[in-house]
Amino acid sequence: MIFKSLDAETMLKNPEKISEMDRREFLKIGLVITGVFAGGSILSVASAADKIFPNGSIAEKYPYRPHYCMVIRVDRCIGCRRCVEGCAAANAVPSYGWRTLVLEKVVLQAVGQKREFIPVLCNQCNNPPCVRACPVTATYKDKKTGIVMMDNQKCIGCKICMAACPYEARYYNEERGAVDKCDFCFETSLSRGGKSTACQAACPADVRVFGDLSDPQSRVYRLVHQLQQPVWVLKKDTDAKPNIFYTKG
Amino acid sequence: MGCPENSSWKGCVQDAVRRVFSGGPVYLFFLGLFAVLLVAGIAAGIHSVYIVGSRHAYGSTREIPLAMLIATYTFFVITSTGLCLVSSIGHIFGVERFMPIAKRAVLLSVITIMSGFLVIGLELENPLRLGIYLFLSPNFTSNIWWMGVLYSFEVVLLILEFIFILLDNHKASVAAGLLGILFGIAAISNLGGVFAMLNGREFWYGPYLPIFFIASALLMGCAAVIFFTVLAYRIQREPLESPMADALAAVGKLAGLMLAVIMFFTIWRMVALAVGGTHELLVRDALVSGPFAFNFWVMEAGLGMILPFALVLWSAGKRIGPLFLASALVIFSSFFMRLDMVVAGQIVPMYWELGVREYARLHEYSPTGHEILVMLAGVGLTGAAFLLGEKVFQGFREVEGAGSGSGGTPEDVAQEPRSASKGKVDV
Ligand code: SF4
Ligand code: SF4
Repeated sequence: MIFKSLDAETMLKNPEKISEMDRREFLKIGLVITGVFAGGSILSVASAADKIFPNGSIAEKYPYRPHYCMVIRVDRCIGCRRCVEGCAAANAVPSYGWRTLVLEKVVLQAVGQKREFIPVLCNQCNNPPCVRACPVTATYKDKKTGIVMMDNQKCIGCKICMAACPYEARYYNEERGAVDKCDFCFETSLSRGGKSTACQAACPADVRVFGDLSDPQSRVYRLVHQLQQPVWVLKKDTDAKPNIFYTKG
Repeated sequence: MGCPENSSWKGCVQDAVRRVFSGGPVYLFFLGLFAVLLVAGIAAGIHSVYIVGSRHAYGSTREIPLAMLIATYTFFVITSTGLCLVSSIGHIFGVERFMPIAKRAVLLSVITIMSGFLVIGLELENPLRLGIYLFLSPNFTSNIWWMGVLYSFEVVLLILEFIFILLDNHKASVAAGLLGILFGIAAISNLGGVFAMLNGREFWYGPYLPIFFIASALLMGCAAVIFFTVLAYRIQREPLESPMADALAAVGKLAGLMLAVIMFFTIWRMVALAVGGTHELLVRDALVSGPFAFNFWVMEAGLGMILPFALVLWSAGKRIGPLFLASALVIFSSFFMRLDMVVAGQIVPMYWELGVREYARLHEYSPTGHEILVMLAGVGLTGAAFLLGEKVFQGFREVEGAGSGSGGTPEDVAQEPRSASKGKVDV
C-alpha cells in the first residue's frame, strides 16, 4: 500500500530534516480514506501520520507555511449566498463567472429538513491538475502558501486548465484577459496582511472556516483533526488532493 | 519544379500564376470559394476573440471549454500526421507501390497542419503570448506545451522534407521525413494525452486516446491521399493510370485495414464504457441513445465506418470511384468523430455525484455561426492551398510520370463513375 513507499524509520529519526519531497509524501498519507458516501470520501484523521510521527510533529506533514485550507461546515449553511456576493465584490468577479458557488440539494423524501447547501470553490489542490496541464505555468502552486495562483500576463487562454479542474473552479475572465479562479483572497486580502477570505467574512452562519492547517492551534487544524464528526473531501478519486474539507457541526 | 531550370525566379512565379489562371472556370470558382471561406473565417475569428469576446461569439462555455474549434484543430493535425505517415511508406521505407503519392501527400501534410494552426490560433484567447511564454515559461509536464513544441518541429520538418523532395535531394528529404515521422507520432500520441491525462474526465482518461489517434491518423492519411489525388487528376485533366492508380489501390487497401481497426477499437471502447464508472456510463448512453445518438450511429458508425468499409470492399482494390467516395465519407465523418470525442468528454457535470439542482442535467453544446466560420477557414485554407499547389507544382507530374500536357478528359479517369466526383471539380 501507499505506506510502503515511505521510509518512515528515517523520517522518525530525523524529523527536522524532512525534505520537501518527503513532506509531500507525508501529506499524501496524512489523511486516510475510510469510506465513501454520496458525493464525497470520508477521511479519517486517526491517521497513519499520527502513528508515525512523535507527538507534536504532526504539522510536518503539511508542506506549506502557512498551509492554507478551508473547512466547510455544510449543515450550518442556510443558502443565503452572501459568501458568493462577498467574493464577487471583493475580487471583481463578473456576473458571468464565479469563484465560489453554493450548490443546493433537494431530497424530497428526507425526514425533516429537505434541503442541503454545499458551498464549492477551488480546492487549492496539492496535486493540482490545472497546474500540470497549463503549458506556460500561467497557473502555479505558490511555494509558500500552497495557494494555486494565476499569472494573468502569461495566460494564453487555451482553457485546458478549465477542462482539467475536477471542481469546475475556473472560468475565462474577459476583463483580466486570463482564466480566473479563487486565490483564497490572496491578492485582495492575505497579501495585504488580511487574515480571512471575503466569503468567510460574509458568512453569517460561520460555515466557512479558513486558516492554516500547519498550525495545531488553528481552528481548521482542530476541525480536521477531530474524531467526533466525519471529515470529507469532494472527488477524492481524481487524486487532486484537495485542501477544502467538509464536515458537520 | 514546374519551371525550366535556367529561367529566373520571377519567370517561375509568372508561369505559376499563368497556370493558376488558366485553370478553367470551375477550378477558379472553387479557388475563389475557398479563398472567401478562408477570409470570412479569419474575419469571424478576429471578430470573436478581439472585438466582441469569445464568450459572446463562440459556443464554448465554462462547462464545455473545449469545443468545435479544438475538435477542428485535432481533425487537421491528425490528418496531417496521417498524410506524413502514409507518404513515408513509399518515400522513406521504399515500398514501391506507395512511391507516386509521396510528394502530394507531404505538401498536403504541410497544408493541413497549417490549417490546424490557423484554427487554434483563432481559438486561443491570447495566441501572441503563446509565442513568448512557450519559451520563457515552459511547463514540461503539460501536454499542451509539448504539443506546441512537437508540432512546431513537425511543421518545419515537413516543409524541409517537401523542399528537399522538390530539389530531388533524396538523402536530405529522407532524413527530414524520418524525423518528421518520429515527431509526428510523438505529437499525435501527445495530442491524445492532452485529453487522456485529465484525471477528472473519465471519458478521456486512460491510454485509449493516444493509441486511437495514431490509428485514426493512418486512416485519415489514406483517405486524404485518395481524395485529393483523384481530385488532382480531375484538375489536371489527366487520366488516372498506372503507377498512380496502383498506388491509390494500395492506399485503399491500407484504408480498408485501418477502417477495420477503427471499428474494432470503437466496439471495444463501447464495451469498456459499459463497465466503467458513472461518468462513462452517462457518456455511453449519450452516444448510444442520447443527444449524440444521431452523430454516433449515422455520422460516425454509418457514414464513417460501415459504408466506407463496404465501398472499399466493393472497389476490390481496383475501382477508384468507390474508393474516392469512401475517402470523402471518412474525411467528412471523422470531423464528427473528433467533435463528439471532444464534446462528449465534458457533458457530465463535475458535481454530478452530489445530486445538486445546479448540476442535475448533462451539459449541452451547439456550435455558433462564428465557430462554424472559423472551422470553414481551415477548410478554405486546405482547399485553396491544395488547388494552388496543384497548379504551381503542375500536378507533381515528373514524379508520377503521368506525362505532360493536358491530354486527357475527365472521362478518361480510370474507371471512375461520374457520381463519385460529386460534381465538385468536375470539369
Ligand atoms: S480545484 Fe481546480 S483550479 Fe483549484 S487547484 Fe484544483 S484543479 Fe486547480
Ligand atoms: S487557460 Fe491560461 S492558465 Fe489555463 S492552462 Fe491555458 S494558459 Fe494556463
